[in-house]
Amino acid sequence: MKIKINISSDILTKPIMAESILETGVLLNISQAHYDRSQGEVVADVDEEKFDLICKSLTNKGARVSKLNTPIKWDENECVECSACISVCPTKVFSLDDDFSLIVDESKCIQCGTCIDMCPHNALSLGNNNNR
Amino acid sequence: MVKKTIHEINGRIRDGSVNVVTAEEMVHIVGELGAEGAAKEVDVVTTGTFGAMCSSGVWLNFGHSEPPIKMQKVFLNDVEAYTGVAAVDAFIGATQLSESLGMEYGGAHVIEDLIRGKSIHLHATSHGTDCYPRKVLDTTLSLEDMNQAIMMNPRNAYQKYNAATNGTKNTIHTYMGSLLPSFGNVTYSGAGVLSPLSNDPDYMTIGAGTRIFLGGTQGYIVGQGTQHSSGGGFGTLMVQGDLKHMSPDYIRAANFTGYGTSLYVGMGVPIPILNEQIAQATAVTDAGVTTKILDYGIPSRDRAAVRDVTYEELRSGSVDINGRDVPTSSLSSFKKSRLIASELKEWITRGDFFVSMPVERLPKDISAKPMKQTEGIALVSDIMAVSVVTIAKDASVYDAAKTIMETAFNHLPVVNADNALVGVVTAWDISKAVSQNKFDLVEDIMTRKVITAIADERVAVVARRMDQDSVSAMPVINKERHIIGMITSDDISKLYARRS
Ligand code: SF4
Ligand code: SF4
Repeated sequence: MKIKINISSDILTKPIMAESILETGVLLNISQAHYDRSQGEVVADVDEEKFDLICKSLTNKGARVSKLNTPIKWDENECVECSACISVCPTKVFSLDDDFSLIVDESKCIQCGTCIDMCPHNALSLGNNNNR
Repeated sequence: MVKKTIHEINGRIRDGSVNVVTAEEMVHIVGELGAEGAAKEVDVVTTGTFGAMCSSGVWLNFGHSEPPIKMQKVFLNDVEAYTGVAAVDAFIGATQLSESLGMEYGGAHVIEDLIRGKSIHLHATSHGTDCYPRKVLDTTLSLEDMNQAIMMNPRNAYQKYNAATNGTKNTIHTYMGSLLPSFGNVTYSGAGVLSPLSNDPDYMTIGAGTRIFLGGTQGYIVGQGTQHSSGGGFGTLMVQGDLKHMSPDYIRAANFTGYGTSLYVGMGVPIPILNEQIAQATAVTDAGVTTKILDYGIPSRDRAAVRDVTYEELRSGSVDINGRDVPTSSLSSFKKSRLIASELKEWITRGDFFVSMPVERLPKDISAKPMKQTEGIALVSDIMAVSVVTIAKDASVYDAAKTIMETAFNHLPVVNADNALVGVVTAWDISKAVSQNKFDLVEDIMTRKVITAIADERVAVVARRMDQDSVSAMPVINKERHIIGMITSDDISKLYARRS
């Protein structure tokens, strides 16, 4: 499953992720990482059964962990299959079939929200993603 | 030599023997049989396009109220329509925004709501006359209550359109969608192989009076569209059709983040194959339509072309820009364009739609002019202040405060030993430092990320940047980052005040 780890600026320089991985032995497969002065944000894949373990360890060290389990919602009635969303999605959630129908592979979604601004027909939305 | 007449083709439509193909199918037929063979075989080629067409709207006639009103201002669901014509006629344009909801809802949404059978609220005001005494009117109307609802689009169906990318460091939001920084993506619009005007670029059959598919019903070409620029291959159409018979499958409101609303319009033009030249023209492919990728990061009418590109490359999913594979996406729907071409084919085959010869062909080889601007284009150097007081980065906060008091400048650019700009300090920064009891050096309290301008930039562009970054002054710098002036929002307001 995909999770998002937010690290605030005051602990940004500490090796929290490495410590947690060593401590719990849970492997994180990092697919995206973004750091700036104000915070760090990491998206990673983790074994579903081991989620609680690593979540606890990271949370104890001051990080915020959220499950990315409410991926992008696609409203087929509003969609006109223009394909505008394709070029902005960082993880290739969208693609076109041979007959130019839109294919949406939500399992790849990391809930970045970029496609929502792009869609001219309000066919894309993200639900509440703060269920820890 | 093949020679057919419209009359003959319509005869075949009537007796059911007509052969209609879509422009995509025609590519293969001409490939197989050659133009002459294809012209013998095929009677009509259908085209289709479905994309954002901002220059769209609807003429409405509401009927007369009791007592009657001569509308001076009219709002439909809080979106203003133009009523500077007779008493109860108004034009609702697709991009006009709601007074209360802003970019979320606009004329395009009013049009879609009407087609969907929804009721809309009408609010009209007037000064009142002897013949039209009423001054205010509020009522609720749906499409069937209107006498006429005639879609009348001044500019639709661009022959082809520029593709868009963004060379700046920030994401920009345009009518071509979100454009990611550093050439992060390319967006484009247009149906290429199915594009109506690209299938008859010499306008041999398309012109005023041509019967077309518009929004799911029959419509007509009125003539050349506004900004028709046939010389450069950017022809456009002015079209009309009866909104009362249109379908939300082919007319859709759209919102472009940061730009506003627009209307997706579905249109298809039938091309009667009267001879082999026409057959040859309809064999155009995606590879045969070339356009340019423009850098929309450049806030000017004259955007730099990044490269030429064909619709085939655009449709492939990525194009090469400076050695990198950049993902492309279409804003218009190719699937719907296909659907329109096949639906039109179906209508003609069934005998429900007859082809027509234009009463006048579209003008060829004309080009649209840019605007004549009598005011001249103001540059930063025209209005910037050239005497600028700066402060050294190792000066004390106290020195900075004193300088601000003495000079009445609110923004002090901070410079290093080489006189190059390294930051900016404002009266606000100083008050903040003082309130926190911080009496450090200027460099400890200054803002390091300075928004700057250069001397030969256009004032309108700088004004937009000031707005976006919410600053009220910018140092004007040269290549060495030396400060050569200062431009403030006051200077800009004064410039525009002088002009209005
Ligand atoms: S939210 Fe982000 S990752 Fe998910 S589909 Fe949209 S662009 Fe792709
Ligand atoms: S951008 Fe929106 S309307 Fe276009 S294909 Fe994607 S989801 Fe559909």
